[in-house]
Formats: sequence, C-alpha cells, structure tokens
Amino acid sequence: MTIAAEVMPIDEALAQYDPVMGLEVHVELNTKSKMFCGCPTEFGAEPNTQTCPVCLGLPGALPVVNARAVESAIKIGLALNCEIAEWCRFARKNYFYPDMPKNFQTSQYDEPIAFNGWTEVVVDGETYRIEIERAHMEEDTGKSTHIGGATGRIHGASHSLVDYNRAGIPLIEIVTKTIEVPGEKAAAVARAYVSMLRDLLLALDVSDVRMDQGSLRCDANVSLKPRGATAFGTRTETKNVNSFRSVERAVTYEITRQAAVLATGGKVIQETRHWHEDTGITTSGREKSDAEDYRYFPEPDLVPVAPSREWVEELRATLPEPPSVRRARLQGEWGFTDLEMRDVVNGGAVELIESTVELGVTPAAAKKWWLGELARAANESGVGLEELHVGAAEVAEVQKLVDAGTLNDKIARQVFEGLLAGEGTPAEIIEKRGLALVSDDSALLEAIDRAIAANPDVVEKVNSGKPAAAGALIGAVMKDMRGQADAAKVRQLLNEKLGI
Amino acid sequence: MSDLTRKTASELAELMTSGQASSVEITQAHLDRIAAVDGAVRAFLHVDTEGALAQAKAVDDKRAAGEPLSPLAGVPLALKDVLTQEGVPTTAGSKILEGWKPPYDATVVKRLKDAGIVILGKTNMDEFAMGSSTENSAYGTTHNPWDLSRIPGGSGGGSSAAISAYEAPLAIGTDTGGSIRQPGAFTGTVGVKPTYGGTSRYGLIALASSLDTPGPCARTTLDAALLHEAIAGWDPMDSTSINAEVPPVVEAARNGDVAGLRIGVVKELGGEGYQPGVEARFHEAVELLTKLGAEVVEVSCPHFQYALPAYYLILPSEASSNLAKFDAMRYGLRVGDDGENSAEKVMSLTREAGFGAEVKRRIMLGTHALSSGYYDAYYGQAQKVRTLIARDFAQAYEQVDVLVSPATPTTAFAIGDRIDDPIAMYKNDLCTIPSNLAGNAAASFPCGLADEDGLPVGFHVMAPVLRDDLLYKVGAALESALAEQWGGVLMTKAPELEVTR
Repeated sequence: MTIAAEVMPIDEALAQYDPVMGLEVHVELNTKSKMFCGCPTEFGAEPNTQTCPVCLGLPGALPVVNARAVESAIKIGLALNCEIAEWCRFARKNYFYPDMPKNFQTSQYDEPIAFNGWTEVVVDGETYRIEIERAHMEEDTGKSTHIGGATGRIHGASHSLVDYNRAGIPLIEIVTKTIEVPGEKAAAVARAYVSMLRDLLLALDVSDVRMDQGSLRCDANVSLKPRGATAFGTRTETKNVNSFRSVERAVTYEITRQAAVLATGGKVIQETRHWHEDTGITTSGREKSDAEDYRYFPEPDLVPVAPSREWVEELRATLPEPPSVRRARLQGEWGFTDLEMRDVVNGGAVELIESTVELGVTPAAAKKWWLGELARAANESGVGLEELHVGAAEVAEVQKLVDAGTLNDKIARQVFEGLLAGEGTPAEIIEKRGLALVSDDSALLEAIDRAIAANPDVVEKVNSGKPAAAGALIGAVMKDMRGQADAAKVRQLLNEKLGI
Repeated sequence: MSDLTRKTASELAELMTSGQASSVEITQAHLDRIAAVDGAVRAFLHVDTEGALAQAKAVDDKRAAGEPLSPLAGVPLALKDVLTQEGVPTTAGSKILEGWKPPYDATVVKRLKDAGIVILGKTNMDEFAMGSSTENSAYGTTHNPWDLSRIPGGSGGGSSAAISAYEAPLAIGTDTGGSIRQPGAFTGTVGVKPTYGGTSRYGLIALASSLDTPGPCARTTLDAALLHEAIAGWDPMDSTSINAEVPPVVEAARNGDVAGLRIGVVKELGGEGYQPGVEARFHEAVELLTKLGAEVVEVSCPHFQYALPAYYLILPSEASSNLAKFDAMRYGLRVGDDGENSAEKVMSLTREAGFGAEVKRRIMLGTHALSSGYYDAYYGQAQKVRTLIARDFAQAYEQVDVLVSPATPTTAFAIGDRIDDPIAMYKNDLCTIPSNLAGNAAASFPCGLADEDGLPVGFHVMAPVLRDDLLYKVGAALESALAEQWGGVLMTKAPELEVTR
C-alpha cells in the first residue's frame, strides 16, 4: 500500500530530515563450482542443465562446502578490514518458495566468517568511512519466471517456470553498519560505496561483478529522522538495485518519498520495496516486520568452518593493493592533478594507462591517447575502452614512433584510426597508408628550396631581422610534404639554409 | 536347498567360495522365502526380483572369471526404504514419496553394490523413521516374526523383521534414536549404530541430520561386523563423515575376548519401568561377562534422565526443516494441481494428504521449538542438555571401556498397544537415545527371552566414538557364551513361521 504518491523535493526533504542508510550487497562469486556441490556456475546455460541431487535438494542429498568460496569470502573480509572468524558455522534460514529446492537457504546467521570491518569512499574530494557489520557466505536460490501475466510477477500469471541452475551459486552478502553521512551526500556516498566494492571485488578476482547479470545486487535500507532527532525512523528496504546510478537514484527517491509521507503526518511502513529503473520510483513490496521468523538454527549437515590463522595470513599476503590506495599512489607517480586523475578514473582508464606507462610511455602521453582519441572512439561505438581493438602495447608502439620522429601526433591519429578499423599492426598501417614521416634530408631540402622560391617576401622579412617570420616557411614546407615531415627537423634545416 | 535361508552371511560366503552354492541360488532361495512368508510378516515394501538376480548373476560371473571379490560378495541384503537406490522406488515409508525413483545411489548403497552385496528390496519403516513400532508406516504395519501379533520395533522394523524371518541374512537400518537397536532387541537379532559420522548419510533421507546413522542388522555379531566394514568409512560427499580408519570391527567380532575389559552398568538405565524379564536377562548377561573376565562396575550418568525430552526437541526441530523440501514442486505426490490453486495451496493440500499424523505432530513441534521467542527455551536448552550428556559419557569412559544397559525397557509390545499414546511410545527409546545425542557407538545383542512373554531381550553396549570394535568384542563374547547355553544363536529359538504361499 502506498500512502503518499507524491514526493518532496530533495532539498526540502534534506532541510527537514536526516537520512540514515544501511546497504546490503550480494556478490556472486566467480568460483567454477557451486557453494555446496560440484555443479558448474556458468551464466546463461539452458535451464536446469547445471544441477545435481545436492543443488536440487533431492531427498538424501547433502551439502559440502566449496573451499574456494571460503577463500574468496576471507579475501573479501580482509580487504574490508574485517576480523576473520576462527570458527564459524552455516545456519538454515527456513522459508518457503517454489524456487528454493530445500525450502531453507543455507546461509550464515549469527556466526559470519568476516565481521567488524571498515572501508572508505571518496565523494567530491571528501573521504567517508563506512563501517562494515559483516560479510557472510550463502547460496543463491533458483530463478522463477512467471508466464502469462502482464507484469511478469506471480499475480496474474497462468504458470511459472523454475530454473535451478542458479540454485546453490555461492554468494557473499556484505552488510554495512548504519551509515550517517550529511544528507546531501547520502545518495552519492551509497553510489560511491557500491562502485568502490565493484573495483575491490574485481581487484580481488573473486567475482565477475556483472551487475547486468545480477552478480552484484544492492539492497538499500533507508530511513529518515527529523533534523536533530536521535531516534531512528522506520526503514524500508529497496531490493535488488543493480546499477551504481540506480543505487543513487533509489536512495534519493526513498528520501523524497519518505519525507513526503512524514510531512503529511503519515507513517513509513517497514516493508521491502521494488525499484523501477524506467520510472525511477520504488513501489511497495512485501510488508516485513521484525518478527519475521526464519527459524534459524545451525546447519546440522555441515561441520563448522574453522580457517586456520596461517591460511588467513597467507591470503592476507596475496591481497592486491586496495583500489583507492593504488589510485593515490599512481596519481603521485604520474604527477596528475586531482581533476586529471578523476577524469582518468571516471574514464575507466587507470589500468590501461598503467600498462601503457609500464611499456615506457610517459603518463602524459598515455593519458592523452586513452582519454582523447581512444575514449572518443569507444564512446562513438558504445563500448568500454578495454573492448577496443587497441591495447596498451599498440599505444606504446605508436607513441614510441612519435618519440623517434617517425610519426607526429596528427599522423599518429591516422594510425589509431587504422588500428580501430582493424587494419593491422601499427607498422602495417603505416606501410599500407604510407604514413611515415619523410626523414630524407634531400627531399626536405628540395621542399625548403621550393618554399623559399615561392615566398621571397617572407625570406625578405627574415633577412631584415624578423626570424619569427620563418614560421610561415615551415608551414609551407609541411604543406608541401602533406604533413608527413618532422616539423623540428624542417625548422633546423630551414634555419641552416637561411643562416639564422 | 531351502536351508540356504537359515545360513548366516559368513556361512553363505563360505558356500560360494567353496563352490557349493551360487549367488543366484542363494538369492533365489531368499526371494522364495520372501514370497512364502512376507504376506504375514510384511517386512518388504518393494522386492526387486530382477535387479537382485541380475546383481547375483554378475557376482557369480566375476567369481567364475576368478576376479577378486569382497568377503560378502553375492550375499543378499534387505535395505531400509530410507536410503536412495537409483531407479528403485524409495518412499521412506511415506505416501508423499510414493512412486519416487531416485536418480542416484546413497553412498551406503553404492558401497553395498561395490562389495557385490545383492539388494533384495526395500524394507518397511515408520514414516520418515518417526516411530518405535513400524506402525507409522503409510504402507501398513510390519509384524514381529516371533509373534505376529506384536510389533517388530521401529523405525527399522522391516529390516529387523526381514532378517529374523530368514528373508535375508543381512539388512541395513538407520538409527536416529534407536531405530536399529530397538527392533534388533525386539526380534532377537544384532543391530549396530556405528559412531555418528562413521557411516555416510549421503542418500539417507534425513530425519534428524545430527542424529541419523546408517548401520548393519544381522543375526550374528560376525555378520554385522562384516557388513559394518563393507559400508563404513569416510565419504567426501558427507561433510559430517569422519575422515579416519574404520575401527577393526571384524577382527573384534572374531576374537571376542573380554578378559580385563572394564564394563560400566549405567545406574540410570534400569529399575522402575523396566520389565522384570528384561532386567533378569540383562543381569545374567552381565554375570556371564564377569565370568569371562570382564571387570564390571556401576556408573552414573546423571543427565541421561533429560535425554528423552532433549531428543524430542532436537529431533522435531531438525525434522521440521528437513521435511520442508516435500512441497509437491519437484517429485513425489502432488495434490490439488488443477490450475485453480496457488502454489501454497497445492503445497498444503499435498502435505495434508501425504504426511501421516506422527509426521505432522513432529513438524508442528519442531516448528514451534525453533520459532523466535521459543528457540532459547527449547532448542537452545536441549542442545545444552546434549552437551551434558556427552560429558556424562566422557566421564564414564574415563572409568570404563564400555557402558551397558538393557536395549529397551520392555520386550515387543502388541500391535495397536501404544499407537495412541505417543509418550509411552517415545519411552521405548530411553536407553538408546543418549548414544545418538552424544554421537558415540552402540549396539544391541540378543541376550535371551523374557520369562513373562518368551520374547527376545536386547543387551545394549555403548562405546566411545570410533571404538565400534569394542561393541563387537562384547557382542561376540556374549554370543558364544550364550550359544553354549542355547545350543546356537538365539534366533534358533524363534517359532517357525507358517508358509502362506
């Protein structure tokens, strides 16, 4: 039931209320096999082809914990500065749903593998600390498709199809403690947090983090309290938000919606809400009270998980540099300004520039190509930079030719054009398109002679003590050479000729 | 050669090794016996004639080809219907699974097949192993071959009845609170509950995961040990299975020397409520063991008095969750699927029709015991009792090697006698339950007939975790001492069954 269909403008809402958030992020791990059996985890397989007695919950079948998933969970916990439990257990979360084979979900409840952590996000140059409550392991459920209804939901459907391929896929749920940041930053911090998690998980190589495939999903808990109040308000939980932008929009929407409800004397109902990407609103889902009874109890089919301290320390030693720390380091090494670095990060070019620099290119040159020519091309074809037919190796090769005087920037752009069109290697393109700079002195001298002959007035000016006028002669030579000459070389030869 | 059914498993193995009988002959003899007497006993829910004969033939062929065979290769066996067998109907005694043919073998079944043991069919049991009489089976009651008006015990009544009716020399049972040992006691046979985790639960349709243990049923200690060895050992498919050597059970069964063994009589398991004839046979057996050189002392396990209530909170709690999967969505019975009913409605109609009264009772109990607000008072408290019971055992085992008691307070009761009184029924497992809660090894061995009713009495032995061999040591000593008195194993005293075919 929706009490108020209207929303309050965000500025007004934030003037009256402080938002309080809690974020729960579900991450699908990229293990080869499922959480409790050996079935493959490939995305998009034919329905019900990746199942066995265990993940179908057939009578008698028993789960066995995937050690690789435990390893990933520990890595995530460590990367979020969590304590790693010396001894933890799985629990059964009992509820009924047709796509849940056992009618309980094997999850962790009061004994998670990782707990009490923290992380930081940066929004507009400000650093915000996010406290992490826990990161726990669980299994995914199957997927229901409801056929025949207008909405795709179960109501009104004539029948439902269930695909159990996803049942038993390992998930990690990362739960924050209450996040209280200045209201106007709340939504942006939520977005930055999820985005930071994505980078972190990619760096850890524990998940593909394909938000479009649901391998990272965010549930956003939002409540409001009147400015200056200490008691928390009633919260709603917006489920399964699956893009960074949507996280920001959904939080903003809930703030404006709840503010309107409260301002008109209504009460916010504790419930789950659905996010609608197209309209940018949330709608009421299932009402959820605190007393919802999952009848949790320790999973008797599994022995406790007790990661040895040695193993935990081994894993700690393998952790990559956290993305935020790495960025700060690279910015220092590259000598980029905050603004430049932000462009690089937002452009998704950190790794590409890093690899290019590693191949001997200056950071400035690497940035110039990746954020210029190549970003433009990626943007035009609607793909990511990393999906272009150009990699760090090609950029480095082209830039080295520029440094050697074989190409100038203008011609280099034509080489990239060829690369993007898949015309071959830089050398092949230069060859095919005849793009190399003319470095033959005699050819250049001939062109200089032609320029001098054609521009006696300019020569006159130079001779009368205005050496700057020689620029026009360089331009004429370059034009004569169709741009394929090294301008510095031309200047040097021209100066010699004119005795400047 | 109808007397093939009177042979023990080890004798049958001997006959096959020496070429005096083939597995096909032996299997056929037992199939004939089933056809002749099972109309009265009703031990089997499903007889797999074709499958059994094919398995027997395969063993005979291997033997003829000189291939190495395991000790029990070619011996027939009756399988409790709670273990999955690929392609063979498996119901756990419930209507809700009527007609379900599992697509996979339980680990125990796989090991039986690997050992060349011939599976004759599936035996009757209380629905989902809930019960102490096999009266809760959705497919009718099994009768005790010693007295057909009596129950054979439960939940594995079918398995124990099958071996005591000479329909099979061996059977597999599962023991959650005594379901192997109590029917063993009631039918004058040997029933062993191995150490929890010593035998795999993979493919065992769960009643209570933390208690369920598959184990052997046989007419002699040695047969039970041979079967124990065939099915036991670590299984990577079962997380709770113990990765350790199988205790030397066969060696212990062959060499039942109890001289110097310290035996503790549990003070709390006797006295009021115990049938005099049961107590008398039990004490005589203890005397016999003393004469054989065992040291007998009385020990106290003060928390055993709380075992029954703790068990009846833990078991239903786990069962309520384990049975949630029977929802009419993927297999088994489906009621009300007429396109009008919602998934929830179909689920509830199916459960209404598919689950029996005892199953519903325990699901309700367990759901309540686990619910928030009651969890600490019930499930949490029961788990604490469980810890105290384990501590009682640990302290007792500091003084003695094994503990003993009667296996059951009474002998087999009459069909219908306690079916309407769940508490009276539950009390039958008083002696056997503590071992399930603590996860240690325990067994029941025949120790004579009660004077009042002439029915078998079980002698209960409990041993520490992974000391299953001690059970067999005591069982073998007792068996040979009593055989001298009786002129054979107790089973030879059983009345002849009328052949009904």
